[in-house]
Amino acid sequence: MPQITYLEAAKSAIVAAMRRDPHVFVMGEDVQGFYYSDVLQEFGPERIRDTPISEAGFIGAGIGAALTGMRPVIEAAFSTFLYSAMDQIVNQAAKSRYMFGGQASVPIVVRSSVAYGAGLAAHHSDRPWGIFAQIPGLKIIVPTTPYDIKGLLKTAIDDNNPVLCFEDAALGEVSGEVPDHEYQVPFGAADTKRVGSDVTVVAIAGCVDRSLQAARVLEHESISVEVIDPRTLVPLDRGAIVQSVRKTGRLVVVDPAPGMCSVASEIAALVSEEAFAYLRAPVQRLTAPDVPVPFSPQLEGVMYPTAEGIAAAVRATCNYSRRNPTAACAPAPLPAALR
Amino acid sequence: MTRITDSKRASRDLNVDQHREMLRRMLRIRLFEERAASLRSRLVGAMHNSVGQEAEIVGACMAVRDDDYMTGNHRSHGHPIGKGVALAPLMAELFGKQTGLCHGRGGSMHLAAFSAGSLGESGIVGSLMPVAVGAGLSSRLRGTDQVCLCFFGDGAANCGPFHESLNLAAIWGLPVIFLCENNGYALFTPQTRTTSVIDIAKRACAYNIPGVVADGQDVLAVYDCVAAAVARARSGEGPTLIEAKTYRYCEHQEFGEEFQAPRYRSEAEVAAWRKRDPIELFVNDLIGRALLSRAEVEQMRAAVEAEVEGAVVFADSSAVPEPDALMEYLYC
Repeated sequence: MPQITYLEAAKSAIVAAMRRDPHVFVMGEDVQGFYYSDVLQEFGPERIRDTPISEAGFIGAGIGAALTGMRPVIEAAFSTFLYSAMDQIVNQAAKSRYMFGGQASVPIVVRSSVAYGAGLAAHHSDRPWGIFAQIPGLKIIVPTTPYDIKGLLKTAIDDNNPVLCFEDAALGEVSGEVPDHEYQVPFGAADTKRVGSDVTVVAIAGCVDRSLQAARVLEHESISVEVIDPRTLVPLDRGAIVQSVRKTGRLVVVDPAPGMCSVASEIAALVSEEAFAYLRAPVQRLTAPDVPVPFSPQLEGVMYPTAEGIAAAVRATCNYSRRNPTAACAPAPLPAALR
Repeated sequence: MTRITDSKRASRDLNVDQHREMLRRMLRIRLFEERAASLRSRLVGAMHNSVGQEAEIVGACMAVRDDDYMTGNHRSHGHPIGKGVALAPLMAELFGKQTGLCHGRGGSMHLAAFSAGSLGESGIVGSLMPVAVGAGLSSRLRGTDQVCLCFFGDGAANCGPFHESLNLAAIWGLPVIFLCENNGYALFTPQTRTTSVIDIAKRACAYNIPGVVADGQDVLAVYDCVAAAVARARSGEGPTLIEAKTYRYCEHQEFGEEFQAPRYRSEAEVAAWRKRDPIELFVNDLIGRALLSRAEVEQMRAAVEAEVEGAVVFADSSAVPEPDALMEYLYC
């Protein structure tokens, strides 16, 4: 199987869809000159459409095109740019089908890069999937491997609902084996990246790889970690998470987004509702603190869950004792000032 | 700004039936909305009526085809009626019934009738303008000659989506007719206090597209302007901004005394506009040109009244949505 990067795999899914279906087209800022320059001649400027810096305009136009038979793929660059089109995404894309009693369908895919940890500071570094998970009517995917992004994007383009695709920028140049042909990775199907018996770690986006690193370290300490990548947050594979925690009795959720009302919180709540009797320790959430992303690398560097921090949280969860709960449960791996 | 010359008046080619259909649709809007407003004790939510604005709605809708697209706003009932949608499911939607246009999920502000090209009304001012651009883009990409008629108010002309939409439609030359229903007030605030220009059509200059001011109380004048814009759009010449100067007799919205601001406009002003009532003007024109008799007008009015009453009976006797179906229509 050929080895290609995450970003190449994403493009191959879109290009294949465009070859198969004339209703699929791409729209965004500078798409002709950069990412799609090699296929511009094949598809032409109508279907590889450069836009002004006008997110509400072109995302709204994508919605209108989707309502009338097209299947647009919107390139929204940074995830924070979606806020400029919040009304379009929330009030039109997400709600049209429901508000209009099933008359509408909005088959639009909106891709955006989630570029935290890159010194880009507060306006380019958000991890906003939790915000959009609050909006019924949207689907949300967070692919973490080249194989997954190709398969999930095909599923997204074929889906008749609006799909937001959040792509961890740290994964962009990561290579992996990806089949040449088109294939689907289904929505709502988590990937158990590693089977374990002592602790379940559910990790989102770039935290999946860090959790796997932590699991390899902990293996030498005879702690067996099961790592689950939900891959899609809406729909969420609740069954896989609950089933895993019923087996291991312990859960650590790792999410680089702020913790308040986050997907990590949702997963913690889910387990407390559906696997409470199986829990041998409190659920731990490892998230970013509730603060805008600062510029200084010395400040941003302590914000996100690390492999070491994840390992520490897993150890603490395993050492938890009901007889001495406060002493055994180690604090989250953040400086006190950020907690 | 562009003016429509006599030689370009498409309304000269309208036949008697088309004239009558125009009047019928204007009456359907007015009688539907007056009846809906009379039901205030029985209905919940907000209702924004367009009584007084019937000419600009119908004049525009009659200038597009059934398969053309349309988007609207919170002042919402007139647009689908103008596009020819049946009254019974429309009234049932105001009652929140399962037989409603949107099965009781949308209500007054969120009507849509996709089979008639109506892609939706919106409770958010200006929100559907980019969507209208997308419908125009879709026509282009699919190789059809459908246009999109985008209704919006004078209030929307001050929000971002207006400017982004005009720019996008202009640079891409899309078949969109932006129809500004300028009724002079954004809620209770007069246009003079909110808007940098008197003629919103002037803003077309900034986007290098034609801007046209129409007498919004004259259904044929609006028809002429929109028909010219549609012809331009279909031939690939791009969008047009049309501003129809009009007036709503009713308040910003029908329900809830607490939302009414009694002294934001004078009775004399309302009376002056009522003297140029769009339905009366058109009836007098039709009778004057012997296209219709007074008796025929009364017959038509009675028939529309009966249709409206039938819609109320239909809505009233329809089933409410099943609570079990709360999640229906959320995803495909």
